[in-house]
Amino acid sequence: MATVDLKDIRKIYPGGFEAVKKVDLAIKDGALCVLVGPSGCGKSTLLRMIAGLETITEGEILIDGREVNELGPAERDIAMVFQNYALYPHMSVYDNMAYGLRNRRMAKPEIDKRVREAAATLELDHLLTRRPRELSGGQRQRVAMGRAIVRSPKVFLFDEPLSNLDAKLRGQMRVEIKNLQRSLGVTSVYVTHDQLEAMTLADVLVVMNAGNVEQIGAPLDIYEKPATLFVASFIGAPPMNLLPLKRGEGRAALADGTEIGGKGLSLSREAATLGIRPENLVLAAADGADGLDATFDIVVRAIEPVGAESFVYGDAGKTRLVVRVAGKTIVEPGAHMRIGASAADLHIFDEAGKRI
Amino acid sequence: MAPRAIFPNKLLPYLLLAPQLAITAIFFYWPASQALYQSLLREDPFGLSTQYVGLANFRHVLNDPNYLHSFQVTIVFSVATAVLAMVPALFLAVMADKVVRGRGIYRTLLIWPYAVAPAIAGMLWLFLFNPSIGSIAVMLRSLGIYWDPLLNGPQAMILVVAAASWKQISYNFLFFVAGLQAIPKSLVEAAAIDGAGEMKRFWTIIFPLLAPTTFFLLVINTVYAFFDTFGIIHAVTGGGPGKATETLVYKVYNDGFVNLILGESAAQSVILMVIVIALTAVQFRYVERRVHYG
Repeated sequence: MATVDLKDIRKIYPGGFEAVKKVDLAIKDGALCVLVGPSGCGKSTLLRMIAGLETITEGEILIDGREVNELGPAERDIAMVFQNYALYPHMSVYDNMAYGLRNRRMAKPEIDKRVREAAATLELDHLLTRRPRELSGGQRQRVAMGRAIVRSPKVFLFDEPLSNLDAKLRGQMRVEIKNLQRSLGVTSVYVTHDQLEAMTLADVLVVMNAGNVEQIGAPLDIYEKPATLFVASFIGAPPMNLLPLKRGEGRAALADGTEIGGKGLSLSREAATLGIRPENLVLAAADGADGLDATFDIVVRAIEPVGAESFVYGDAGKTRLVVRVAGKTIVEPGAHMRIGASAADLHIFDEAGKRI
Repeated sequence: MAPRAIFPNKLLPYLLLAPQLAITAIFFYWPASQALYQSLLREDPFGLSTQYVGLANFRHVLNDPNYLHSFQVTIVFSVATAVLAMVPALFLAVMADKVVRGRGIYRTLLIWPYAVAPAIAGMLWLFLFNPSIGSIAVMLRSLGIYWDPLLNGPQAMILVVAAASWKQISYNFLFFVAGLQAIPKSLVEAAAIDGAGEMKRFWTIIFPLLAPTTFFLLVINTVYAFFDTFGIIHAVTGGGPGKATETLVYKVYNDGFVNLILGESAAQSVILMVIVIALTAVQFRYVERRVHYG
């Protein structure tokens, strides 16, 4: 049990590339913190710095209030689950889990007890004598988890642990990891590029881009109030519609000149970006009696029925839009629709990408 | 499976294979069959009379204490050469794996000695250790060691082993470097997090995972020490002093071309052929069953 604090962390590689720029983050005891971002955003580097596998160029890392900058990975009392699991191929499942305990000179009966307990929790009891290559992907994943939990470390670190699994197994393991983390109550840092994984797992979500932290918060808060354009486009699937705006005369219009219907928007600056999530766009009444604040006339280009819902792709003027509609709505490509959203669901970002 | 090429002409494939087949036949099968044939004959040194003697040559060779001594010399020489060629190579490879800057230059320099011809390598060592003019010999003498490989058998053995393995270190280094690169970095990192120090990581993770490479090199180096070191021994000691460094291959040459005991020399080379076949079989079996991790 421990807190993890990152203070003004920077990482500059010998080549001069700045992978992490001034990251400040405080993770509460027992929380599951997810770092999410596209590849190359510095999330893995950050995790590896917490693990002690990368040196810290600047700043301080504290685990349980103790500075660990100069400590090796073994002395930080952390456990890590790697993307490729990093199981020792020449050892049995049992030995894989016991390796860390033996290195710490724990008594044999205690090692045995812990390994068997962990194996029981993860349903690996019957596989203890197997070698990693004789296991399925999901089982290897569990062994990697087992190796982490037998040590009962202060912090768990996960480096994209589910990305090598197929979609179905990934969903299953996601739930298992969440439950395990809850029941053990161990502070965890989890790195992923999958925003769905990030949303469902996180107590605290950290969205990163190009070495910077874009936003920190509860997943749903971030979803509802993305702080930047990047966060808006990264979190949510299909992504938020982002429409370039210009001030126009009296009321704002789309940058391509297309008018915005409904009660209308006014803009205090020359240009901005309007964000609307696909599910916040609804069919508008023809007479405008729906009270919507912004409406668009679109021409349908394509439809993706997914079963429970369908996504309608259309053009408002020259600007593309995605609308989520319930059920198997039947619209033909080429049809005209009038859609809109209310003011509470509109997100406006300035030229620098900051939320207004 | 790749599509099979189909030759419309029945003769063409054989024609295309002919050069390779001719080379194999002329330089391998014909001499080998000659050796087999000769091993059953007894011939006088001038080649004036030959006599069929059956397996008498083999019987004689295998009961000859000199031959058995040569066998022992070969074993000592091969084991020492393989160990001395592999241990430093592994050490250098592990160190080279840690070098971040100038990795390429470092590796290239370490691979160079492999390009030196065996006889030249032998001469180099011979000069360095020559009791009267060798610079290392001078150093040894100043340390109070009476160095004379021309009279002292074990010293002569040390000299040929050093010369033979020196060259081979480069070759082994190359394979160990490749082997080390094939070990996922995350395994070593996981071991570090698991509390294993550097030495422990090497012995419990890296070394076991290098086992396939190590075994492969062990076979290769043994074969090398058995059969490819004639040039070095010839240049450095000529099998002496006495018969202290006379390996099996060297004895074949000595008995056949120096002492002109052709029948027995042929019998010895047939025995060597059997050993090569056995070693090759081991190697192939191993390559096929090569341990695959992951």
